[in-house]
Amino acid sequence: MKKRLVMIGNGMAGVRTVEEILKRDAQSFDITIIGDENHPNYNRIMLSNVLQGKTTVDEININDWDWYKENNINLLTGEKAIQIDRKNKVVVTDQKKHIGYDELIIATGSSAFILPLPGSDLEGVIGFRTIEDTEKMMETAKKYKKAVVIGGGLLGLEAARGLIDRGMDVHVVHIMPTLMEQQLDKAAANLLRKDLEAQGMKFLMEKQTAEICGENRVESLKFTDGTSIACDLVVMAVGIRPNVAIAREAELEVNRAIVVNDHMVTSDESIYAVGECAEHKGIAYGLVAPLYEQGIALADHITGKESKGYQGSILSTQLKVAGCDLFSGGKIHEDDQTEAIIVHDQFAKKYKKILITDNKIVGIVLYGDASDGNRLFNMLKKQADISEYTSTSVLSSANAGGEEDLVTAMSAEDTVCGCNGVTKGTIVQSILEQGLTTFEEVKGCTKAGGSCGKCKPMVESILAHTLGDKFDASAQKLGMCSCTELTRDEVVAQIMEKGLKTPKEVRNVLGFAHEEGCSKCRPALNYYMRMLRPEEYEDDKASRFVNEKMEGNIQKDGTFSVIPRMYGGTTTAEDLIRIGEVAKKYNVPLVKVTGASRIGLYGVKKEDVPKMWEDLGMRSGYAYSKSLRNVKSCVGSRFCRFGTQDSLGLGIKLEQALEMVDTPHKMKMGVTGCPRNCAEVLTKDYGIVCVENGYQIYFGGNGGTEVRECDLLTTVKTEEEVITIAKAYMQLYREHANYGERTAPWVERVGAEWVKETLLKEENIAPLVECFEKAKGTYQEAWASVLQDDKKKEMYQVVRN
Amino acid sequence: MNTTKERVKVMKLADLPKQIGKEVMINGKSIALFHLTNGDVRAVLNSCPHKNGPLAEGIVSGEFVFCPLYDWKISLVTGEVQKPDNGRVETFETQIIDEYIYVMV
Repeated sequence: MKKRLVMIGNGMAGVRTVEEILKRDAQSFDITIIGDENHPNYNRIMLSNVLQGKTTVDEININDWDWYKENNINLLTGEKAIQIDRKNKVVVTDQKKHIGYDELIIATGSSAFILPLPGSDLEGVIGFRTIEDTEKMMETAKKYKKAVVIGGGLLGLEAARGLIDRGMDVHVVHIMPTLMEQQLDKAAANLLRKDLEAQGMKFLMEKQTAEICGENRVESLKFTDGTSIACDLVVMAVGIRPNVAIAREAELEVNRAIVVNDHMVTSDESIYAVGECAEHKGIAYGLVAPLYEQGIALADHITGKESKGYQGSILSTQLKVAGCDLFSGGKIHEDDQTEAIIVHDQFAKKYKKILITDNKIVGIVLYGDASDGNRLFNMLKKQADISEYTSTSVLSSANAGGEEDLVTAMSAEDTVCGCNGVTKGTIVQSILEQGLTTFEEVKGCTKAGGSCGKCKPMVESILAHTLGDKFDASAQKLGMCSCTELTRDEVVAQIMEKGLKTPKEVRNVLGFAHEEGCSKCRPALNYYMRMLRPEEYEDDKASRFVNEKMEGNIQKDGTFSVIPRMYGGTTTAEDLIRIGEVAKKYNVPLVKVTGASRIGLYGVKKEDVPKMWEDLGMRSGYAYSKSLRNVKSCVGSRFCRFGTQDSLGLGIKLEQALEMVDTPHKMKMGVTGCPRNCAEVLTKDYGIVCVENGYQIYFGGNGGTEVRECDLLTTVKTEEEVITIAKAYMQLYREHANYGERTAPWVERVGAEWVKETLLKEENIAPLVECFEKAKGTYQEAWASVLQDDKKKEMYQVVRN
Repeated sequence: MNTTKERVKVMKLADLPKQIGKEVMINGKSIALFHLTNGDVRAVLNSCPHKNGPLAEGIVSGEFVFCPLYDWKISLVTGEVQKPDNGRVETFETQIIDEYIYVMV
């Protein structure tokens, strides 16, 4: 007989509690959750990030709708619980439902406190607590200009930053003389204010609002000192009030919040409270870490697990306002029990204060460089004896190594993610047990980094440290994909040594974890096979990424692009007309000249792709391939008065000579007619600068996420030499680079000197060129090939009933 | 909440190449159909739970398909998105009768 567990509230603390309960006992409870917001459980802390434009409402869900279904939770949203009938153990909702319970959790959280001033009910006066509030603020920012945030605490400053990011003119009103007086002392608060003012935030300190004025919508604020300020939006960030009305009416013991014991039990033994609505030892917490600890204590109790219960928390805060790094924990103000170590560097705008009582750290305030926060906080929590340390060594990490050494120094019990209570030990264990290699994977498995996200660098350090250790200990390298520990070079060597003929054989013989590989090794092995045996190996369409399989770039909505070849970026009137006619015939949504100097047709439906190519009768531009994309050329000596050579002609010859052949990654080339470099060749995989008596050859450049300037190879006298060396270079790249590696990182890895030495040795050129030509001979133009093959054409068809 | 399912004749098994997904429209739904190397025929909604990527275009490995947009790995048997991502895509039962593929929608 399952116990009926009902929870009033669908927020972070409550749902975390339910997760912990399910972890311990997924069978004994029939769970119903009643939430008055129309959303599944979302990360309320991230609302600041949504407002600041760093993420979206969709991306902050912690538990999506499916999670409730998968865990058989009966979820009611947009519905409010209005009464608890303790005698009959029934919860009544505003939609007249009566829900019976055996155990009841109240997790109603808080609401933003709206100052009860005249005018506080005007339009444009809101709190900052929910998705609805956030969306209202974003909407208002589009239409109005001036905003006032009342409250210079953590939340108010985050709101102000977000509104500035949205283009509003923002004043922050605070009743105290310094900001964030709950977390910062005067010195740190002043540094913070200066930095925020530099960001455009304006402050009205020691002002108390008397009235909010306006007709239907707010127009101005009046302060008690008689001054006033015009505004279109007022955000109240003066605190939160626990939602306890329902508990009070049910005659549970309520102070500021619902009183609970160490096991989160209220004055009624079948009713619990957790989160911001609960009061433990006189404190109602408003930060997430203690609330998650409460959830764990409650889950233990409800599932009958032995535990000490919740003991209360020492709080630490990290502020997420851009550019302002601060950390505070424990005591922040000196008293006659404490001695302080203070470093205040006014020039660098950094401040560090540590309060000590009886040789133990009891308080920390850091501003400007908060990277030491967690280390010091761990020492505070552990009540570490610092009598052996000198002042400077307490203040600074052991080495200047920063995160790396911090991670080494941490013990397994040290907390890495304060918001979710995840220790270093848990993270390391997950990395090792589940073979995790990325931050996202660690977050998925342990929740570290899932709330405010500030611990991400530390989690990444632990990853590097953990995987790095493994490297040292057993001399293992990172494999070419998750199917194998072998590197690319080892795999290729084995293919040649053992004469393996197909990727399937490779996976079998070399013991890949998955018989049919994965999205990384399938295209990679297909590439290596064809590169090693171009005349014998049959290309496997099913192993090509969608772009290459369909000979067109897939767009975000599943449509494709159609981009014909345009050698040297030159076209003819006839071709332009034909492209135009095809664009019209198929109602192409977007016609655009691409960065690679050709015309692209975008938004093409899959079924139309082959028909359009047939109508065009043109060669594919290979705008989607891991092969030569194009050779960008300037006009050159054909028309330009500065052109030293026929750059355009050379560019076209190169494009024709090198196109279609698979390479480890896309290649972009360029030929420019003089050092003015209009064709921007010095960030290309292969770039030519024409000069009076010849051609300068450059290689290994990249203009993408990490810009790399080319290295100079040599200067030659003739076009033939340019083209010959291009072929040799392309073949060298084909044979040596990892699939997915552009020439820039490849050159960095193997050394530009090695590439130069190899290509400048006369005797290396002919064999490389021969291999290249052999490979080139096996390639047929993409669309000529598809259009004559019914099986290939069928890939574009959609079967309809 | 169960509506009665319809069995729809879709295409010849021989016309569905192995390891390359096929988009089929059934009663207005876009469904991705796969013929796995082990002989099974699997069908899922042609829309990745992440950002609606067309799963029919993805690389197929064993009983899994990798979404072509953001590389989410999805089981074609259960529809479950594999860790570290989360989610599930709707699956459809298929039958082979007289060399034709039928899908239950």
